[in-house]
Amino acid sequence: MSILDTFVAHAPALIVAIPLLGAFLVQLVGRLHEKAKVVFALLTILLTNCFLYLLTYDVFTNGIRTYIFGNADLTLPVVRILFEVDAMSIYMALISTTLILVAFIFSWVYMKDNTGLDKFYTLMLLLTAGMLGMVFTGDIFNFFVFLEITGISSAALVAFWVHKAEAVEAGFKYILISAIGALFVLFAIALLYGQYDALNIAVLAQSIQFTFLDKIALVILLVSLAMKAGLFPMHMWLPDSYSRAPAPVTIGLVAATLASFYGVLRVIFSLYGGIYSGTDLALLSTLTSTKFMGSLLIGLALLAILVGVIMALRQTDLKRLIAFAAVAEIGYMFLGIGTWMAAKTVHVDPDGIATAISILPYGNLALQGGIFHLFNDAFDIGLLFLVAGVIFFVTKERSLDNLSGLARHMKATTIFFIIGLCAVAGLPPLNGFASKLLLYESTFQLNPILGIVAIVGSILLLAVFVKVFYAAFMGPDLIKTNVHKEPRSMIIAMGILAAVIIIIGLFPDLFLTHFVEPATDALLNFSSYTNAVLIGGV
Amino acid sequence: MIYNIPYLVVVGLILIGLFAVMFKRNLIKIVIGVTLIESGVNLFLITLGFRKDGVAPIFTGLPEGVNYPADMALPVPQALTLTSIVIGVAVLALMLSMIIHLYRHHNTLDVSKIRRLKE
Repeated sequence: MSILDTFVAHAPALIVAIPLLGAFLVQLVGRLHEKAKVVFALLTILLTNCFLYLLTYDVFTNGIRTYIFGNADLTLPVVRILFEVDAMSIYMALISTTLILVAFIFSWVYMKDNTGLDKFYTLMLLLTAGMLGMVFTGDIFNFFVFLEITGISSAALVAFWVHKAEAVEAGFKYILISAIGALFVLFAIALLYGQYDALNIAVLAQSIQFTFLDKIALVILLVSLAMKAGLFPMHMWLPDSYSRAPAPVTIGLVAATLASFYGVLRVIFSLYGGIYSGTDLALLSTLTSTKFMGSLLIGLALLAILVGVIMALRQTDLKRLIAFAAVAEIGYMFLGIGTWMAAKTVHVDPDGIATAISILPYGNLALQGGIFHLFNDAFDIGLLFLVAGVIFFVTKERSLDNLSGLARHMKATTIFFIIGLCAVAGLPPLNGFASKLLLYESTFQLNPILGIVAIVGSILLLAVFVKVFYAAFMGPDLIKTNVHKEPRSMIIAMGILAAVIIIIGLFPDLFLTHFVEPATDALLNFSSYTNAVLIGGV
Repeated sequence: MIYNIPYLVVVGLILIGLFAVMFKRNLIKIVIGVTLIESGVNLFLITLGFRKDGVAPIFTGLPEGVNYPADMALPVPQALTLTSIVIGVAVLALMLSMIIHLYRHHNTLDVSKIRRLKE
């Protein structure tokens, strides 16, 4: 066994352990030199990335990986925790680590005048460890623990600028939402544990009967995770915390929000996957509730899109405006899931007897669109937040009323803003277009109104950001003279995101077949997820 | 019936906690509401592991004549509760420290006077 094989074998544990260890080592390393902290944090996240690439290769060639902490064999007492890494987990982990890497590069200059930077990097690395744990774990209580780690560290990061009253207020709001959400997740876990005497997602998924208590647990899990993912009407914390946090933290928060969205996906497709993605005729009785839930999600998603863009239109605070655009983008992702659920239909023979249940092809297309959009949302909204961060760093202004003529001084930022603007509004040839086209096509087949609302939402997003472009970048010069060029580290950070956006925008089919489709298949293939634990000898 | 009382207490604690979080204006009372919800959930977990006439689930110190594992209280919910309590302490500490900062900024604990982030 070569050293590389050993690394691959232990990669799932190491990917979570390295940021966790690094988080506390930063405190020691920070004593050496001021810049040592950020260099060390960058190295930690780069190392994590290296292991993640190894694991990515392994999972995409050999299928689902399980990693056991504790007893490998099932003799009593069974004391163990299990990580289960499939293509969807990898997909999420790649998004999170890339965003955190960009955030660290961006913070090189952005945070340099702050005190307590060692704590900043500690919290950022803890946030990374929490998110990666959430997406890798195969144990539902472990998921709760990582959810809390993510919640606590991101709330502390939102309130990092404690000298600003609004930042502390936003942080308090966030911790309140996240603590209550996580406690209800724990309550639902207890409900499931009480019935099935198991905490492993695969084991639970296998034995779930969809009793009344299961339905209660499902509703509690979905509501609290959707609240943490910022679905309308539970999005009220999102604009506050996104807009008041320092720009590198906002990027981390985008990733943390998506990790909660991953929780929603796991609950629907793995924990309750037997009911939702099953096509057995015995599931006929659950069909109505599935369709109802799909319609509910679609309704909330459409409202999220409309409310998000309309609220964004009337904002004057740049970061708050982008945060409302993020609410709309989250709506698009839920639209994909909702359409998938509503696309489940029963086939009836002429005598009125049900012969088969199937998910119509456009349902899977919508799900693919939603999952693709998850990636695009992270990168487009992330890029726009970085641009807002640069503007705040250079001018110390956050209100659009006081900004103008920035294009004269910050050419690179202007170009990156245009890229982000086009991507978020879904203009070809950028990545947002590919995923939104999938969503338009598939939702149109379910009901034309859905497709129309989705398109209108995109057009309004374009209007929102064109308005920002004219207000901030065009027009006469600012009266203030201290506008200077953007630092190079910020250009690199934005450049990474912009490069990914352009490359994926130019070759969406490659990305679709190599990442999105495996991730979607991993979600839809319920039996392979459970069998990896139950039959794979673990 | 007597065994159902803990579940009623659980529901009561969670509802009182939710009420406090939603309708109280004092920040400290809101935090008390969160801890009430947390106590309710912890009590629920512990109650799930209850077994009539069960002994403490200590593997090595098993008394004579006790069957393993049939006569033990379930150990897993107790482990979960311990973890949950530790996490709860961290959340509580963070919330209270944020309240200290909010008090310094606004000189009040009244939510309606603190709220600046609107629309």
